[in-house]
Amino acid sequence: MKISELADRLGLILYGGSSGIDKDAEGGYCSDLLSDVMGHAHANQVWITVQTHKNVIAVASLKELAAVIIVQGLEPAPEVIVQSEAENIPLLGTSESAFEIAGKIYSILK
Amino acid sequence: MFFEYSIEGGNFAQAGSTSSQVKKNLKQLNVDGSVIKRTVVALYEAEVNIVAHAFRGTIIVEIMEDKIHILLNDEGPGIPDIGKAMEIGFSTASPEVREMGFGAGMGLSNMKNNSDELHISSKVGQGTRVEITNYFQAKPVSLQ
Ligand SMILES: Nc1ncnc2c1ncn2[C@@H]1O[C@H](COP(=O)(O)OP(=O)(O)O)[C@@H](O)[C@H]1O
Ligand SMILES: [Mg+2]
Repeated sequence: MKISELADRLGLILYGGSSGIDKDAEGGYCSDLLSDVMGHAHANQVWITVQTHKNVIAVASLKELAAVIIVQGLEPAPEVIVQSEAENIPLLGTSESAFEIAGKIYSILK
Repeated sequence: MFFEYSIEGGNFAQAGSTSSQVKKNLKQLNVDGSVIKRTVVALYEAEVNIVAHAFRGTIIVEIMEDKIHILLNDEGPGIPDIGKAMEIGFSTASPEVREMGFGAGMGLSNMKNNSDELHISSKVGQGTRVEITNYFQAKPVSLQ
């Protein structure tokens, strides 16, 4: 499913990286540890996290992830949004917890 | 092909920029995607370790027809027990660094799992030297 459609269905906020929303999400990975994502996430997955800093976009871009979803209503700083635009990584947000949003995404994509 | 980068300790905003540059170069050379993926993970972790644990360092990347060789040298505290540092979960990262999601103690094992050859040597009080080699397997690249 396209990131744009997933974002619509889940009511996600789009902070930046809109040029990447036509990419297809192939599953997801839930972690707040960057090395865990580097070691275990796969390309085209959606990354669910509480981390909001610039390195999140660097990791997402290096791993060719489909999008980043920031949970718990946390907001990225302006420079992180700029970075998501530059790297074409959709940066999304939700007020829900990682558990809730991961559950919904799982049931949509499985 | 030969590239040299310098890395500043503590500069997390810059962390990953060398990896991203090297990834672009390997893509341009049409290196096999799975080799690029592995190289990027190993290099990113090594680069972040200089930022997180050392004062400054240099990264020398050499791309040959059949392999990429990366040499990272830093000035820093060094690693007293490399065997222990390799264990998943071992980390001396500060609480602030951990809060950012670094310092999971998985970096060195990611480096090991994503390089064909990994050599680490270190002198306590001086610095650390990391050497990563990944082979392009069946498909040599053309460097003209
Ligand atoms: N370049 C380095 N200089 C000094 N110490 C290092 C270096 N690289 C790794 N270490 C030591 O090895 C430990 C484990 O490294 P790593 O597996 O990457 O985990 P992390 O970086 O998350 O702590 C570090 O916490 C640190 O004590
Ligand atoms: Mg590390």
